[in-house]
Amino acid sequence: MINRYTYECPDCGSFLARWGHNALAFLQLVGQAVLLNLEAITFIPTMFRKRTWPEVMYQLFFAGIRSLPVLTVVALFTGMIFALQTGLELQKFGQEAQVGGAVTVVMLREMGPFMTGLIIAASVGASIGAQLGTMTVSEEIAALEIMSINPVRFLVMPRLIALCVMMPLLTLYTDVLSVAGGAIIATSQLQVGLQAYIDNSLQYATNKDLYTGLFKALCFGFIINMVACHQGLTTKGGAVGVGKSTRSTVVISFLVILITGFILTKIFYG
Amino acid sequence: MIEFKNVKKEFSGKPVLRGMTFSIEKGETISLVGTSGAGKTVTIKHMVRLLDPTSGRICIDGEDIQDLPSEELGRVRKKFGFLFQGSALLQWMSVFDNIALPLRETQKLPEDEIQEKVKSVLEKVDMTEAAKKLPADISGGMQKRAGLARAVVTEPDILLYDEPTSGLDPVTSRTIDKLIHDLQEDLGVTSVVVTHDMISALTISDRIAMLHQGEVSEISTPQDFLRSENKVVSNFLDSQCISRNFFDEFSDRKLT
Repeated sequence: MINRYTYECPDCGSFLARWGHNALAFLQLVGQAVLLNLEAITFIPTMFRKRTWPEVMYQLFFAGIRSLPVLTVVALFTGMIFALQTGLELQKFGQEAQVGGAVTVVMLREMGPFMTGLIIAASVGASIGAQLGTMTVSEEIAALEIMSINPVRFLVMPRLIALCVMMPLLTLYTDVLSVAGGAIIATSQLQVGLQAYIDNSLQYATNKDLYTGLFKALCFGFIINMVACHQGLTTKGGAVGVGKSTRSTVVISFLVILITGFILTKIFYG
Repeated sequence: MIEFKNVKKEFSGKPVLRGMTFSIEKGETISLVGTSGAGKTVTIKHMVRLLDPTSGRICIDGEDIQDLPSEELGRVRKKFGFLFQGSALLQWMSVFDNIALPLRETQKLPEDEIQEKVKSVLEKVDMTEAAKKLPADISGGMQKRAGLARAVVTEPDILLYDEPTSGLDPVTSRTIDKLIHDLQEDLGVTSVVVTHDMISALTISDRIAMLHQGEVSEISTPQDFLRSENKVVSNFLDSQCISRNFFDEFSDRKLT
């Protein structure tokens, strides 16, 4: 069941009291969004039902396969840019052979999940926010509720599965392409042999780098779905409201991904 | 039976319903009329708890729905069919799948039985040929009919109509009126119709309730409604050029 209760800040003159009430309103929003996704998790066992599975598959396709073209370009060029910038600096010290390790470790640990998260938030997250927002203002969500169809099971759960499955897979794809992009620059611009690039990458990158990166990606997928679905399902005010929800989905997702990324890095490497 | 007992509703401190008290008998068709902002849509949304009252009680078949937990609320909501103002059809599904949706999701029926039921209601609303089309590809009147088919496919006890004829031309509006009346005759359901359209209200209703500033200003049969000396009612009738002799002049219009 969707909780649409909004904390109404009472009129008060005190600056501190206003801040306090706004903080309560913010905490209530966070609580609603987290509970919405937790409720969606309880419906995961129903994903294999005959009538639910096609929707889950479509969302997996939409979040995953449809994102590949943009991710391909971004990942390849990010790897190339990073390798070029790092390689040119390392060249000053005659250490350009280290570029493979630098690119691979940074991509696996941070940039891979982070970039994938931002792209998916801006594309899939925005799309979810806009779609659910439009459904909310056109009373399609209310229609589902009256038909005793739980919108959390019907709409949020398939998207949660799609993002939580696809984010780690897409991150792996981004990692591989970024490292490949780095290899192109290393061999063509920095005169580093391909074998030397691969050996250096394998020397510095560890399994932990890969696992922590993929775990981050999973968390980012959860965050994107949480923010997008909550923003969409609490949309008010017609087309303008849908625009606000879409914008909020992208902005809030970016911020939460950044902050969560830092916290996870601190936990795993701090 | 639907009972409203002193129901009040405020939005951000602004009162919209100011102590609404009335009851709707089983099998009755009642129209809620009034100007924009009178609280008509808010009233029917309270019946299915899409909105919760600030105070007061709402009973459906003698059961107070106010404090029902979500699973119990689902059971009560299954008694209702709801035609939304904008039809609220899911845009990525065909008309057929939209109508089949409540059966597929909430009833454990075999698919061939679902197909039969959907085809049957599609025939009732004369939409068989548009079954495979998407909602965006059909006209407003057809969307209303598809919404109506979805509302009745589960054979509910109570049908709620939110502005069923708004945005439609007069000819299509009268077709929708006829459809509402025919469904009422066939299914024997309780119907609550929110409308601005007095011709529609007069022709399909057993009773008409005039809402004004969040209160029931008048509730009576269509004949008594026309004779009412209530200032709010007469202003509303005059604004739509409805003659007090409506039924004498258009005796063929009355459907009930």
